[in-house]
Amino acid sequence: MTISPDAVYAVSDDVVAREIEGEIIIVPLVAGIGDLEDELFTLNETGKAIWDKLDGRRRLTEVIQELSAEYQAAPGEIEADVLGLTAELVRRRMLVAVPAS
Amino acid sequence: MSAVNPSPYAAKVSASRHPLWKNRAHFLGRLDLELTERCNNDCIHCCINLPADDRVARRRELTTSGIIAILKEAAALGALSVRFTGGEPLVREDFQDLYLFARRLGLKVMLFTNARLITTDLARLFARIPPLEKIEVTVYGMRRESYEAVSRVPGSFEEFRRGVGLLLNKKVPFVVKGAVLPPNIRDLEEFETWAETLPAMDTPPQYSMFFDLRGRRDSPFKNRLIRSLRVSPEDGVILLRRQDRAYLQEMRQFCGKFMGPSGDLLFSCRAGHGACVDAYGKLQPCLLMRHPDMVYDLKKGSLKKALTNFFPRLREETRATNPDYLARCARCFLKGLCEQCPAKSWSEHGTLDTPVEYLCRVAHVQARDLGLLRERERAWEVNDWKERIVQI
Repeated sequence: MTISPDAVYAVSDDVVAREIEGEIIIVPLVAGIGDLEDELFTLNETGKAIWDKLDGRRRLTEVIQELSAEYQAAPGEIEADVLGLTAELVRRRMLVAVPAS
Repeated sequence: MSAVNPSPYAAKVSASRHPLWKNRAHFLGRLDLELTERCNNDCIHCCINLPADDRVARRRELTTSGIIAILKEAAALGALSVRFTGGEPLVREDFQDLYLFARRLGLKVMLFTNARLITTDLARLFARIPPLEKIEVTVYGMRRESYEAVSRVPGSFEEFRRGVGLLLNKKVPFVVKGAVLPPNIRDLEEFETWAETLPAMDTPPQYSMFFDLRGRRDSPFKNRLIRSLRVSPEDGVILLRRQDRAYLQEMRQFCGKFMGPSGDLLFSCRAGHGACVDAYGKLQPCLLMRHPDMVYDLKKGSLKKALTNFFPRLREETRATNPDYLARCARCFLKGLCEQCPAKSWSEHGTLDTPVEYLCRVAHVQARDLGLLRERERAWEVNDWKERIVQI
């Protein structure tokens, strides 16, 4: 799956994202995402930092720029994380591409 | 937390093992919501049910917006799931709205139902937006005569079969459980054989048999009937062993963890750690406990206040004073086996601390069966109970 850095992504209507005590919990809403009992998705610290900026308005390039200003990381590392997480969550149907405004 | 995938960012985790829901006084794992006390069945053994067309009860029930407010607060407190129970929750006309609202809040929904009001539309909805918990269907018999001798509603058996058929057809996961009663006792084998064929049944069905009396203490007549339907403790133990081959082993392990005298503290169970809301907006420490002094009016307060203030105080301050209780239950080591609790004392005797003889007999028969007691011994007189538990 190719993720374009110029694309904009938002939380899919197929899931509900909840923030509990600073932790992101992603609960499937529709069938076929992860409808086993007792199963939830959570994001780690890196995942959460990226997730918080995937608001349906920012392009991924902007997300990468903002995170690069906030965190110290080796060149290319933040970009790889943003593109990697986005690809994973799109594959899981938790994020969807939306038109850039 | 148990990550089961190799992602560097996201993990599938087990909700029940997640540290967020462990040891958090104000945190709510699950909300129990008794949507109504009304039911379309009139089961002979039921401790709750009011007629489905009971207008007075209907008018007193929480409104849709009242329930939504409670769901929102529960979610804000971190609840992961809500159990919709009753009565029969599906008699509420707004059930679908409540279900969807709960799911869109990110709550998993556990539904207790007799399945009679499952429609094609509802089964489709459960298939499209799954509850994320297996639906639990109570079965009262495997043939019309036995089922309707329990439900006392002509046509109910056909409706139950139809409802279950719709769930199967739409591949909605559900489990079945039974109530052992004189009219259906001959159906047990057929019931279990059928249950084995159901895709979501990964353990044998559970049964209720030591039936509770009416929690509202509203009908001496119904209580007499319920008492007459209870299995004898001896037969109950035979049934418990029958339903689960691993029963003995599991019970022995269980005894190793949960036995010992509880003293005069009445709430030594999990009551008051979760939230159970009755049909009228009263928060109870557990689904059974309806003593007016033990419930919290959510119309005048909040879930959070009840969980952080009211229930902890209740658990700490509610102590037995009945000499009979103090001489027996407070000193009895069969805590893990005995269902004696303030709620059952209330429904049986109208007090919080009166020993319930039937439950005491059940626990003693179970303890003898497990090798914890000798004939004619009374558990509160046993001093070497720790050694006995180690021995089994």
